Amino acid sequence: MLTYLIRRLILVLPVAFGVSVICFMLVQIAPGDPLTAIMPVDATAEEQAAMRAAYGLDKPLPVQYAIWIGNLAQGDMGKSIATGRPVAGEVFGAVQNSLLLAVSAAVIAFPIGIFLGFLAGYFRDSWIDRAVTALSITGVSVPNYWLGIVLVIIFSVNLGWLPSMGAGPGGSSAWEWDWLHMRHLILPAVTLAVVPIGIVSRTVRALAGDILTMDFVQALYAKGMSRADVLRHVARNAAATALSVMGLQLGYLLGGSILIETVFNWPGSGFLLSNAIFQRDLPLLQGTILVLALFFVAMNLIVDVAQAAIDPRIQRT
Amino acid sequence: MALAETSSAVAPKPKPQGYWSGVRARLVRDPLTMICLAVILALILSAILAPWLGLADPYRGSMIARLKPLGTEGHLLGTDEQGRDMLARLIYGGRLTLFIGLMPVVLAFFIGSVLGIVAGYVGGLTNTIIMRTVDVFFAFPSVLLAIAISGALGAGIVNSLVSLTIVFIPPLTRVAEAVTSGVRALDYIDAARATGAGAWTVIRVHVIGNVLSPIFVYATSLTSVCMILAAGLSFLGIGVRPPEPEWGLMLNTLRSAIYVNPWLSALPGVMIFITSLCLNLLSDGLRSAMNVRD
Repeated sequence: MLTYLIRRLILVLPVAFGVSVICFMLVQIAPGDPLTAIMPVDATAEEQAAMRAAYGLDKPLPVQYAIWIGNLAQGDMGKSIATGRPVAGEVFGAVQNSLLLAVSAAVIAFPIGIFLGFLAGYFRDSWIDRAVTALSITGVSVPNYWLGIVLVIIFSVNLGWLPSMGAGPGGSSAWEWDWLHMRHLILPAVTLAVVPIGIVSRTVRALAGDILTMDFVQALYAKGMSRADVLRHVARNAAATALSVMGLQLGYLLGGSILIETVFNWPGSGFLLSNAIFQRDLPLLQGTILVLALFFVAMNLIVDVAQAAIDPRIQRT
Repeated sequence: MALAETSSAVAPKPKPQGYWSGVRARLVRDPLTMICLAVILALILSAILAPWLGLADPYRGSMIARLKPLGTEGHLLGTDEQGRDMLARLIYGGRLTLFIGLMPVVLAFFIGSVLGIVAGYVGGLTNTIIMRTVDVFFAFPSVLLAIAISGALGAGIVNSLVSLTIVFIPPLTRVAEAVTSGVRALDYIDAARATGAGAWTVIRVHVIGNVLSPIFVYATSLTSVCMILAAGLSFLGIGVRPPEPEWGLMLNTLRSAIYVNPWLSALPGVMIFITSLCLNLLSDGLRSAMNVRD
């Protein structure tokens, strides 16, 4: 297990390096000068040069990258061009809110997805199977930002039951575990849960269907084991793959919540990202993307290690 | 001898069944897939033929006819927040939405296939370089990568095409590489190489025909995601620019109207939903008709 862990950790390093290069390049591919937003219109050539030097933009790219990475290692992600505040602080506050939303969506989606998928796999080719399959293909096909708008129309505009935007009363962004705040979480979390419900139920259906037709299941029934005990064996066999799919989905939920956060004005990383895009605040854009991508890389690593811990067969491949 | 000749004259010689005629036969017998195909073709055709369908001008608004409800006289699907005819805008909107939703997968299919086939066939260092680069892109959730690139490049049709193509090259390369490595290990490739055929000849004659259908089927399964993402970029304001009719952008601009005329403002999303559902079902149908396993 330890060798596997070490080998897996070593494999992460080049990926993390690549991710940092892509995030660094994001600013380079952006058209125009990154300083136009803050540069005074009447700045002289010398003033412009001085400003470039102050931001280190006069150095060659590899040097700029090295400086950027060096600062990053010390937790310094630069300053937001729009607000002048450190990027790190802004990003971590927002990521917490996104994480709250993503985990809530996962808590809704995974049990439902597993239950539906298992039902469909167990009663293969029955009407239940067909209903679940139809439901899951609808779930993965629905543009969730549109679904969010539809839910707002039903539950906020028509019924007036739930708030349509923000993370708390009066647009507050400080989270608390009370009903006034949790009401705000319901619609975005449900909206975000729809796609993973579709994907998880699809995966579990295929897994359960495959494993139930394996010889060992027949053998267990033949030796007189009760249905519940047999299903326990089936679940154990399915656990590793199901877990990896769910881990990835959690990562996707965090990275993919930007559209939903925009619909519900949820003060998370997606909201921050769209602000950064519209104010052409490139350091903020870069920092947010980097943190989310590294989180996704870490998530992948955790999933792989957990998978290997559950299923010893994986360590050998 | 004579007997054999008569029997072959009586029973007409069965036409040799090719792979593609089998695929077509299975597709035709699958009603759901055929319906989805018809819907997609109808959407594409109506988008192309929009100027000749006798629709209202999708750009001309009217201050007095804003946000008319569905079923209004002269505006079957109502009007948008600037008084423009919704039916016309939804049909014209298919032009950009379908183009930006499908084109990146087509482009990524070609680029990813080339990269994957080269990586899978040549192997060694070439494989390592291509596949490790692909791995890095896999470290980004697709939505995040699309938004990051589009956000950095800025709004615009070409920028959306570029960012979405970049998003879909890595998954297609990975599949193409996996399939090609599988084929590469088969005996007949060794046999072909033993006869002195060069790499290009072996790829052209023996590899492409065997790897293209799984890559193609996989590509079709990406079209629905690409559609949703493309419209999503416009919804965020980093895709198509106003006043062009585009479903995601229309969904965005109509959000301000959800308290005035809620169901009207949800209409563009219905179009995205129907299209992506049909693309998914069509891809599933193709997968089973072409006997491709994941």
